[in-house]
Amino acid sequence: MRTRFPVQQNESLHTVLGLQGRRGPLTLLVKTVLYAAIAVVFAGPLLALLVGAFSRVPNPTTFSLWPDGLTLENFVVAGRRGVYGYLLNSFIVVGLGLLLQMVVSVFASYALARKRFRGAAIVMLIVLASMMLPDEVLAIPLSVVLSDLPGLHVNLINTYAGLILPLGAWGFSIIVMTQFMREVPVSLEEAARIDGAGELRVFWSVILPVCRPALGVLGVFGFTMIWDQYLLPLIVAQQPAHFTLPIALWTLRADDQVGIGVLLAAALLALLPSVIAFLLFQRQFTRGLSVEAVGR
Amino acid sequence: MTNVTGRRPVATSAPPYGAPPTHRTPASGRGARSRGGYDRPRRPVRRTRRRWVTALIPWMFLAPALLLFVYFKLMPLLQAIRMSFYDVRPYLGDRYVGFGNYVAVTTQPLFTKAIWQTVVLAVGTTGGSIVLGFLLAILVEGQARHLWLVRTAAFLPVVTTMAVVAEVWRIMYYPGRSGALNTLLGWVGLGPEPFLAGEHQALASVMLVGIWRGAPYDMMIFLAGLASVDRNLYEAAAVDGGERWQRFRHVTLPSLRPVITILCLLAALRGLRSFTEVFLLTNGAPNGATEVIMTLIYKLGAEQGQLGVAAAGSMVLFLAIATVTIAVNTWRRRVTAR
Repeated sequence: MRTRFPVQQNESLHTVLGLQGRRGPLTLLVKTVLYAAIAVVFAGPLLALLVGAFSRVPNPTTFSLWPDGLTLENFVVAGRRGVYGYLLNSFIVVGLGLLLQMVVSVFASYALARKRFRGAAIVMLIVLASMMLPDEVLAIPLSVVLSDLPGLHVNLINTYAGLILPLGAWGFSIIVMTQFMREVPVSLEEAARIDGAGELRVFWSVILPVCRPALGVLGVFGFTMIWDQYLLPLIVAQQPAHFTLPIALWTLRADDQVGIGVLLAAALLALLPSVIAFLLFQRQFTRGLSVEAVGR
Repeated sequence: MTNVTGRRPVATSAPPYGAPPTHRTPASGRGARSRGGYDRPRRPVRRTRRRWVTALIPWMFLAPALLLFVYFKLMPLLQAIRMSFYDVRPYLGDRYVGFGNYVAVTTQPLFTKAIWQTVVLAVGTTGGSIVLGFLLAILVEGQARHLWLVRTAAFLPVVTTMAVVAEVWRIMYYPGRSGALNTLLGWVGLGPEPFLAGEHQALASVMLVGIWRGAPYDMMIFLAGLASVDRNLYEAAAVDGGERWQRFRHVTLPSLRPVITILCLLAALRGLRSFTEVFLLTNGAPNGATEVIMTLIYKLGAEQGQLGVAAAGSMVLFLAIATVTIAVNTWRRRVTAR
């Protein structure tokens, strides 16, 4: 998020409020309180979740930032309830789903960005139109389609394929990748072709390496998007064997034989992967955000 | 468009309309070899075949995407349209009912209420997130290390999966006196409130969760917008004796207008189709006070098996979303054209 602008004399002009230029004990105090309040409001509940997962919390109502009798028992009990299996399911879905998403969008974008052919505009229109068509609208009919794929007569309900394949049709990644690939200078491609490179070679060793930044953005963005999926696993996974962790949280809540600590432990496991991905690739993530919102 | 070498122009987008066809553009990058079509066809058969293969290449790259889009976007859409006119009866065969499903879904006892509540939720969440996100953005704008830390902390709710957010808030909203939020309220002499359990507070409570998760998102977008405001304009405003407020009013706000529009659109669409948060926090309870369109459709389709009625509901939702998108985009185009 850090941007550079030319050095200026007046520090207060760097931001709208110009808080940077102000000094003094009172300002410092106000700023500290303010920033602490922001951090507590937004990160506090998640921190309490972290603390609760490692505490002996027999009481389902309290939620505290102070640990109370540190223990790993919640995770042991969670394991007995199959939480690690659900976690594994989540990882399978996010791993294969992300791979599929990226391969599909990279291939499609190569054609859309680097080739001219009849029908390109129509394909682009379909992709754009699909973005106006949210998953929620399609959820119920999708469950019907998945239960008996037209033409193939395969039932994908309660299969990994059913959880993963629909993730491949993501217009956003195709659009972003196409925009990025259009920027690659033609001279690079021409040079490779003069050297006798074939279609796949140009794609693999000329275009793809140049697109690495965009791949990073799509990777981290797609990861959090898939990790946040709820409705798709809800309609596809109807038996615990295929539950992803977010779906399974709900069953843990309904399970009155486990305490709130176990629910918190499972919730923590469902929280960590996407948060870690965000913290590691923050720059790429923020870039993806602005692409999503402003389209650049 | 200099095409001495027969290369395509650098920009791969289509040439401007009306540009004289100075050079025949070949379908692929093999331009240097085909000299405008004047060369004698020496081996016509092979050449046509090669051209045919070249024409096929883009489609081979597109094939996986097209297959997935057809199966998981187009077919469900067609299925939704078809099902919305049929009484879907597994094993018995479907029966055509005309607009019966649309009548059935719109006369659901909760339908009007659900639509109304969806709109309230969408508008409230959108407005709240944008206002709060904007405040956050101007507070944490800057390059200091501690500001980066505050921004990162504030952003965590956005990358937390909704299922976890819902569990956390359910615990915080615990209605008794010992609940986390009620304890806080107790410190200032208020409460205890029922929150999600109270018929008059449930929708607002769901909305608050949406704002809590939406505001940091908007904050990040605003920060990107603020970073792209021309600092020289600030300087100029300062030279003109403009105070902070005027600088804000005449420089910052106008340059953020496009960002605000797009955030409104995105958030409104997200609000219209909100499902997961409502499903996990209340699932429409208490007494339908938080029922939204999507939870209603899910109940009809997945729980009661009335697939045709649910499909009709989905189509209504789709029309609403498409209308909002097109309306906002038209309005935006008209504004920018002016």
